[in-house]
Amino acid sequence: MTTAVSDLSDVLSRYEVVMGLEVHVELGTRTKMFCSCPTTFGAEPNTQICPVCLGMPGALPVVNAVGVESAIKIGLALGCNIAQWCRFARKNYFYPDMPKNFQTSQYDEPICFDGSIDVEVDGKPVTIGIERAHMEEDTGKSLHVGGATGRIHGATHSLLDFNRAGIPLVEIVTKPIVGAGADAPAIARAYVAAIRDIVRALGVSDARMDQGSIRADVNVSLMPIGATEFGTRTETKNVNSLRSVERTVRFEMRRQAEVLDGGGVIHQETRHFNEATGETMGGRVKETATDYRYFPEPDLVPLAPERAWVDKLRAELPELPAAKRARLRSEWNLSELDMQAIDNAGAFDLIEATVSAGASPESARKWWLGELSRYANEHDAELAELTATPAHVAELQSLVDGGRLTDKLARTVLSGVLAGEGTPAEVMAARNLEVVNDTGALTAAVDEAIAANPDVAAKVRDGKVAAAGVLVGAVMKATRGQADAKSVRELIIARLGAQ
Amino acid sequence: MSELTGRTAEELGAAIAAGETSAVEVTRAHLDRIDAVDPAVHAFLHVAGESAVAQAAEVDRRIAAGEKLGPLAGVPIAVKDIIVTQDMPTTAGSKILENWLPPYDATLVRKLREAGLVVLGKTNMDEFAMGSSTEYSAYGPTCNPWDTGRIPGGSGGGSAAAVAAREAPLAIGTDTGGSIRQPGAVTGTVGAKPTYGGVSRYGLIAFSSSLDQAGPVTRTVTDAALLHEVIGGHDRCDSTSIDAPVPPVVEAARRGLTGDLTGVKVGVVREFAAAQGAEPGVVAAFEAGVQTLTKLGAEVVEVSCPHFEYALPAYYLIAPSECSSNLARFDGVRYGLRVGDDGSRALEEVMSLTRDRGFGPEVKRRIILGTYALSAGYYDAFYGQAQKVRTLVTRDFTAAFEQVDVLAAPTTPFVAFPFGSRTADPTQMYLADLYTIPSNLYGGPAISVPCGLSEGLPVGLQIMAPTMADDRMYRVAAALESTQSPRLADQTPEVTA
Repeated sequence: MTTAVSDLSDVLSRYEVVMGLEVHVELGTRTKMFCSCPTTFGAEPNTQICPVCLGMPGALPVVNAVGVESAIKIGLALGCNIAQWCRFARKNYFYPDMPKNFQTSQYDEPICFDGSIDVEVDGKPVTIGIERAHMEEDTGKSLHVGGATGRIHGATHSLLDFNRAGIPLVEIVTKPIVGAGADAPAIARAYVAAIRDIVRALGVSDARMDQGSIRADVNVSLMPIGATEFGTRTETKNVNSLRSVERTVRFEMRRQAEVLDGGGVIHQETRHFNEATGETMGGRVKETATDYRYFPEPDLVPLAPERAWVDKLRAELPELPAAKRARLRSEWNLSELDMQAIDNAGAFDLIEATVSAGASPESARKWWLGELSRYANEHDAELAELTATPAHVAELQSLVDGGRLTDKLARTVLSGVLAGEGTPAEVMAARNLEVVNDTGALTAAVDEAIAANPDVAAKVRDGKVAAAGVLVGAVMKATRGQADAKSVRELIIARLGAQ
Repeated sequence: MSELTGRTAEELGAAIAAGETSAVEVTRAHLDRIDAVDPAVHAFLHVAGESAVAQAAEVDRRIAAGEKLGPLAGVPIAVKDIIVTQDMPTTAGSKILENWLPPYDATLVRKLREAGLVVLGKTNMDEFAMGSSTEYSAYGPTCNPWDTGRIPGGSGGGSAAAVAAREAPLAIGTDTGGSIRQPGAVTGTVGAKPTYGGVSRYGLIAFSSSLDQAGPVTRTVTDAALLHEVIGGHDRCDSTSIDAPVPPVVEAARRGLTGDLTGVKVGVVREFAAAQGAEPGVVAAFEAGVQTLTKLGAEVVEVSCPHFEYALPAYYLIAPSECSSNLARFDGVRYGLRVGDDGSRALEEVMSLTRDRGFGPEVKRRIILGTYALSAGYYDAFYGQAQKVRTLVTRDFTAAFEQVDVLAAPTTPFVAFPFGSRTADPTQMYLADLYTIPSNLYGGPAISVPCGLSEGLPVGLQIMAPTMADDRMYRVAAALESTQSPRLADQTPEVTA
């Protein structure tokens, strides 16, 4: 993050950045938004479809009540007002993977509006205003076949999979985020992470960014310092990892500054983020705002969520991530710096689960931010995706605490766990890594080391205790590291009659 | 003509239930009639002879097994081709859906089958129900059985002509701006539009979702009520369908047939009487009908609905707006016609070529009109304004129904006109639905009953009622019908090929 500051400081000396984030959350309902088709991820193409989600002639939508409930829960968690009365609208445009050539969405009458959430960046709280959260349906998916890249260019033909068509989405739109300065990329990331954590805590979505169940559209514009009107924005679509959100903002800030500095003009356009290069690429230029010809969806009756129902949902909201953090922060008694590091590593939930599984907060922090973070970085993986689970970590720590593993042995065991060899106890047994506790065997090894190093033994007997290290080393070697070095040392000193 | 095709649906149902005839016999008689006259009438786009006979045989089997079936079991029916049927092609009168076989049945079709009605086939219509003469069908027009040189009304001309020509005792139509009632009026049949939401729209190819309503086309008011009871009722698959029992329409029709309307207040809309363009013969037949209602004991009063004159222009903004969106799904990507997919053309070109080739002139006109009315900068001036008019029309109805039980009006301003006489001027064509459109904007039930002849051609009288008061409407309509002997629907001249 410090590099971001130095990269952007030049840009920020001349421009103010304005961001807007639109996060699409795919709801984890059992059935689609307007029909009873299942929503299982990864099913065979076109096996979860019916006349309604295919928009067949004559088919009509019926609203999924669980979808509405989920949208209300999200709105409540974001501090939004819940509309007394709202409607669906049709957003009209032609696209081959959209069965009806209009998307059933909400327009000027969203179900949730005017909220805000606090996110933290480097320990500083930032309030993000929420403009609205509205319901809509997802579209199908085009698969471009025959080209090298899987993109439409160069493809010989395209296939359509409508399994995703009609899956419920909630789109959460922020108010313009102004004054973020050099923190803009980190704030964008923290905001999307906060939304992810909230919807996960609410249980309304599995919140898998890698599977597209959370996707962010990142709007960025620059305006000269002192200007009163926002600059022209670009919208980078479907950014699907936290890191990419951050990189998108940073890249766009620099790119737009370069264009503006050169006397150029920023076009209002849709862009795409390229994971490989870390750059955004221009798509189609919007000469004028696309005319979606919104109008109220006549096939659906308006929604009027009963106040009693909304109040009940409000009362039933689970502890939200921000509150939970505040509580655990005092319960865990870790330093502010440690807590920040945990946040930055996205390890909060993992550590919490590890503590629930019986480990101390300190040891849980040590493993996840130490050995496991290092491993994840090396393998370019998310902590949550590792083979090692919170239960494994807690078990490992309990083996250490029980004296059956040394720290060093524990690290070896952990690498076995990460390699998929089993639970810590299984890896310890299979690789025969347990601390040697048999005093007879240890005494024999100590005696052997003394006999093999008479000069060193003599020095120790003379009070030069520091020399005992050589003997300890020899014993550790003889026991293949499975002895506890501290006890070995004590045993040697005792055997040689030093104090 | 077999004696069987001369009977009403009620009579046929009773005869089948009593074992005097069989469903198969009745079905065969109507299929024979179709063979004989449809080349001249062209009411059908698809006749499902084999499956109809098989379905009839199944009804006969169930009756023989002692099952208690509904009053219309074994009675044949024709279904407008805008309603999807799993075992028959559904085209909505358009080339863009030529030979399309839907993967599912509309809810009302399922109900027909469950009640033992025998679906004979699909009837011709103006493309996507846009038109007032059935001349906009991509498969050629339907002829009026009263005079084959004239139009049978639209958009449900096929359904009305099938009933008038006795090819089917019953038919299903859809009414967005008058497409059940208006063809009913010009073919001398009964056309009923139930309260909006009274019959499920699931499986009705949408023209204008907030206005579309399916309903019966029959030769008698009682038949319409019997059919209404079969297809009406709540459907979980249609969120706009009314979650309440179907009003007691059959009972109301039977009560009306006693010919007593004492205590019923009938309103005549002043603004309709003053409207330009109504033919004198139509006005005379309507006034005679109103006289008859008075004789039956009804109190007739004049009421004012000042916003009815704006209903037509408001309709021609709302309906095209909704259709521009509803018809967007016809793009050649997933089903139906596709033009230009040889790989040399871009996707957008394939879509526009398909739509250009697949849609006829009236559909294109309305899509363009609706697209314009909804577009940024024009929404408030057109669509938004039209919705305000809709509210005002609804208020007029509400105010009128505080004074009277039902409203009476002519169904159409003119009798069936000769082919081609109005296609050159769309606004002249739009006038055909002048009197029917207000009730679509309002959402209440309305029915057209034959009330006489003008220049030897049928004239319809329209009864409109408050929403959910469909029974009231049937009662008044049946009372008017009871004074006619023989009924107009029994006087259709013999059609010859």
